[in-house]
This record gives sequence, C-alpha cells and structure tokens, in this order.
Amino acid sequence: MADKSTQPEEPEFLQSRSGRRGLWIGVAAIVVVIAIVAAGFTTGWFGLAGSTSPGPRSSVTLTGAGSTFVYPLMTAWATTYKGLTGVTVNYQGIGSGGGINGVTQKTLDFGATDAPLTPANRAVAPTLLTIPESLGAVTMSYNVHGVTGGLNLTGDVIAGIYLGQITNWNDAKIAALNSGLTLPNLAILVAHRADASGTTFAFTDYLSRVNQTWKTTVGTGKSVNWPVGVGAQGNPGVAAVVQGNNGAIGYVELAYALLNSFTYAKVQNRAGNWITPTLNSTAAAAASYAGSLPPGNGDWGNVSIANAPGADSYPISTFTYLLVYSELNIYGSSMTQTTAKALVDFVWWIVHDGQSQASSLAYVPLPASVVTLNEQTIGSITYNGQTLHA
Amino acid sequence: MVDVSNGVAPARTRKGRWRFTGDSLFHITSEVVAVGVLALLGVISLVLLLAAWNSIATFGPGFLMGSLWDPVHSEFGALPFIYGTLVTSALALLFGVPLSLGIAVFLSELAPNWLRIPLTYIVELLAAVPSVVFGLWAIFVLRPVMKDAVEPAIQSVLGWLPIFQGTPLGLDMLTAGVVLAVMIVPTISAISREALLAVPQSQREAALSLGATRWETTRIGVLSYARSGIFGAVILGLGRAAGETMAVTMTIGNRNIISLSLLQPGQTISSLIATNFTEAETALEQSALIELGLVLLLMTLLINAFGRLVVGRMWRTGEASS
Repeated sequence: MADKSTQPEEPEFLQSRSGRRGLWIGVAAIVVVIAIVAAGFTTGWFGLAGSTSPGPRSSVTLTGAGSTFVYPLMTAWATTYKGLTGVTVNYQGIGSGGGINGVTQKTLDFGATDAPLTPANRAVAPTLLTIPESLGAVTMSYNVHGVTGGLNLTGDVIAGIYLGQITNWNDAKIAALNSGLTLPNLAILVAHRADASGTTFAFTDYLSRVNQTWKTTVGTGKSVNWPVGVGAQGNPGVAAVVQGNNGAIGYVELAYALLNSFTYAKVQNRAGNWITPTLNSTAAAAASYAGSLPPGNGDWGNVSIANAPGADSYPISTFTYLLVYSELNIYGSSMTQTTAKALVDFVWWIVHDGQSQASSLAYVPLPASVVTLNEQTIGSITYNGQTLHA
Repeated sequence: MVDVSNGVAPARTRKGRWRFTGDSLFHITSEVVAVGVLALLGVISLVLLLAAWNSIATFGPGFLMGSLWDPVHSEFGALPFIYGTLVTSALALLFGVPLSLGIAVFLSELAPNWLRIPLTYIVELLAAVPSVVFGLWAIFVLRPVMKDAVEPAIQSVLGWLPIFQGTPLGLDMLTAGVVLAVMIVPTISAISREALLAVPQSQREAALSLGATRWETTRIGVLSYARSGIFGAVILGLGRAAGETMAVTMTIGNRNIISLSLLQPGQTISSLIATNFTEAETALEQSALIELGLVLLLMTLLINAFGRLVVGRMWRTGEASS
C-alpha cells in the first residue's frame, strides 16, 4: 500500500504533461478544420449556394406538414418546383391532425389534411382557406383463392361485412351480386387500419352515407370502434393481411393498390352502375360535386364526394386539402412578403402544372371545375391587404 | 472488502473540512445529475398529468374500467389496453426468462472458453438490434410459422382450453408475446450473465467442497447469490416488453377488445398511442391517449415496486435460512 501511494505521483505528472500536449494538438486540429470549412463555404465547395445553375435563384423555404397520403406526391412536387424556381418546399408527413395543429398554431406555412376542418378547428383559425389539392379513392381489395377478379360489391354489403353481419363468402347477399362467380364456403377475414388515418375517414364516411346501421353504431372518423376484424399499420399493413390470408378483405388507398397490382372489387355507385376504381372514375366523382362546393373560405366540414351522383363516379372517393391563411400577415414578422408570394405561387402551381405530375404517381388530378374554384380561392390570398397572385 | 471500507473512511473525514476542490466539484456535479433524474421523472409525470387532465376530469376512475374505445362518440376506456399490455408482457416473461437464464448460466458457468467468447459477443450484439428489425422478422418469418404450424398444433392438443379458442391468424396476443420474448432474451441474458460473473469464486468452491453437484452449485451457490442482479435484468426486460411499440403493432392484430383467448387479436397501450396519437381528432381523444401513457408509467412503477418487494423478502428469508 505504501508503495502504491508514491507510485501514482510520477505517472500523474507525466499524464498531465502529455494531456496538455494532447490539448494543444486538439485545439490546433479544431482551428484547421474551422479554417477549411470556412474556406469551403466562401468558395462554394459544398454546393449550398446552388451555384451551378444560371438565372435568378430564390432562397425561400416553405414549410408544410400533414397528411401522409399526399406525402409522396408532395415530395415529387417539391423536387420539381425546386428545379423550376429554386424555392425549397419542406414537407413532413406527420399526419393530417398534426398538419391542422401546426397551421392553426402558425408553426407551418401550410398544412395538408385528408379530412376537412371541423367547426372547432375553424373557431381557432377562422381565416384558414381550404384548397382541394388532390383526390383519393379507397379500393376494396380482397384475396379469395379461385376468384381472380370480377367481384361486385354494394355499399350495403360492404357495411354488412364490416359490421360482422356477413361472415362468409358464400353469403346469399354477396352471391346475389355475383351470379357469374362461384364463391367458396370460406370465412371472411376483415382487415382495417390500426392507425388513425384519412383513408379510414373516407371509407367510414362512405359507409355512413349508404348504411344507416353503420352511421348510428360506428359512425365516421379517422379511427373508429371496429365491430370486427384485425387492424394493421398503414396501407402496406392492411395489404399484407389481405395478401397473406385466403378469405381476407381490406380497404386500401387507390394509389397503393394500383402501384402494387392488387385484386379489388367493383362497387355499385348511386346511379346503379358497377364502377372499377380508377383515376378517371375518381375524378368523375369530384366533377359531379363541383357545382355544390363551398368557396375556399367557407365551411367544408360537410363536404364529401363519397357516394357521388353521375354515371361514372366511383363511390368511395375523397378530396385531400391544402390549408393556407387568407391574410398572410397573420404570421407577423416571421413571414415576409417574398415568402408569402412564394407560397401563393407554389399553391397556384400545384393546382395547375402540378396536377400533371399526379397521375404518373397514381394520384387523381383535379377536374377543371375544381381548379376554377381554387383559382378564385388562391386569387383572394393577401399580404397586408395586397393581392399576391398576379 | 476490508480495503474498500478503509478507503471510504478517510474520505468521510475529509468531507468534514469542506473545500472547493476537484473532489467537491465532482461530488456536486454527480449529485445534481442524480437528483436531476428524480426531477425529470417528476416533470414528466406532472406534464402527463396536466395534459391528461381533460380526460381524467371527464371519465374519472371509470376510465380504467371502461372497455370501449370509440373516438367517433368520444367514449374512452383503458381496460382492453391494460389487459393487452399485461398479457403480452407476461407471455414474454414466461417464454423469455427461462431461456435467458439458461443462456446466462451456460455462458458464465458451463461454456468452454472457445465457445463462451463468441457467444457472449453475439448475445450482446443481439441486445442492440433495433426493435423494428424484430418487427419485420416477426411479420415475415414468425407470423406464417405461428399461423400455419404452431397455433394449429396447439389447438389440436389444447384447443378445449378457453385461452386457445378462435381461428389461428398469427395476428394475436400469443404471436406478440413470442416476439417480445425474443426481443427481451438478449437484454435479460446479457445482464444476468454480468450478475452471475460477479458472484465470488469462493461461493462455487464452497458449494463444491461440500460435495454439491454442478447443478446444486449453480442453484445454491450462484443463482441465489445473483438473485437481485437477475431480478434487475428481468425488470429491464419487462420494461422493454411493456413499452415496445412497433413489433407489437405489427403482430398483435390491433383490436380494441378484451379476449380471454390468446389466439385473438388485442391491443397494448404503447401500440395504441403510437398508431393513433398523430391523427387524434379531438382534444379529448388526445387527452385520453396521454392518460393511457400515464397509466403505463404507473403500471411499470407498480410492477417494479412489487418486484422489489418480492425480491427483498426472498433475500431476507434466504439470509435467515443460511
């Protein structure tokens, strides 16, 4: 023990000297790194200034968030728009609820939501405008061995399946709609979304409009109290349950079903026709309602294009919306006139040129009548009372 | 042991003449950090309580007993999720703890050196695998096996038991329990191994010198000595099981019901919060989800406290008998 107490003296002394040397080396290294980085910034090594492309470049960044459904489309829009104008659009798919919260708390320049603003939302942010930006449809995807396509369903039968009243594929109510198919004696496995989502909202909104029992017992919502079935996370989760189980049925977003070549049912619309969900039949549903849509600053709470009239309308269709303030000085000093102008230009671009990009990603482009409505809405956006769109 | 206590004693006398030295600085810093943990727990609980107040005031204690979760009609009850969390965690411990102890005992007591070192590395590596990887493995590998082989086999033998009713889907509480068990095995076995390694060699020598067999030596000399360390490992595993989100969401079937059968879908607290919080429509639903978080926090605290009590009692009776 006595030896030990004297021994540490020397190493400690040595350590402190070598430690000091290490310190100097560290400081020198940091100085060199800072010098290199500073030099890099001034000469544009890192390409942060976007130096190579010619013409006037904007350094404006627009921040938006919300619906996960439009996230892939919004990302494509942001990339294209950055290439065209230099404006950076930073969009996060945090969910429609998060988008509404963010824009009502003014932490976002714009929000995106699959379900319209509720009266409570509108009470918090009365000057928020609703701009339909794209369309979605919900497919009834199924997996029944031996049935490779051609299944017909009505809203009542879908409601019956999801209420647990129809439990077997050979049920007389399904057979009555499908005289050409031999449906097996097989239990129906119902799959639904486990996460709260705009897809569920569109689906339950449709069921509530076509089936009174559904409306009174379950109702419409992004997340509901499901009477039967298993829940799975997201469109891929529901799709996995459907594809992994003989006898399964699930509702899957059209874009996802198209890109993954699922088997889905035709659904009878209000006119009595059997309609396959496609980009065109969804656009037809929106077009059939265009005349009765409220103005952008109106109450969209009851707007729905589910169970639309019109011979070619696919009945389980829905809008998704952009949310932008009508007077952009509401953000105070955090929103300059340049940013406000960039925001309005971007939204204008989305509802016009941006729509052509939608169909290549299996999103439904807006019909012309809805675009006209949006033009009026966007034209009314001001900054300090000054109209922004020329 | 004697050396250590000698080392402590002078430190205490030094503490008497308080000077602002490196030692005292160190002392203060670590004290602040330690108290900070307590403060953090307090702040978290307080914030949760405030955010959940809307729901607490609306539903009162009935929230814990309610079995309906209906966002459309704004009725929220926590019972199905408390049940699902308890059942899946219990299943995870049931499958996971014996396995983990086996691994830990083998690694610390029985394994030959050439096998021990690579195995130890692998177990510690597994403990660091992110949970979503287990979730993906569960949905693509485990679920088909459970659905097509394990669950039908169980049903053919024990199908008359109420806990094995229903059509096997592989999306149920049993599958979730198995995934959780796989996830907590590396954690529990790695920490239990540390606890077993900390058992003094003299314990084993003493047991062997009394003529104990290898099993008896391990049981009496090693396992009982390392009890509290092993318990700590199990509690950490339980914490991981109760709080696990992704892997459970992907396998449990996400039905907000209470079902006696393990082959039926269910839902856990953390899974429900994760899947529904971002899109919660009303302030009340958000508040109810936060209250669920508070319930989960209290549940883990209670289970932990209860476990400590049990181990403390075991420890005392163990000492009395020796």
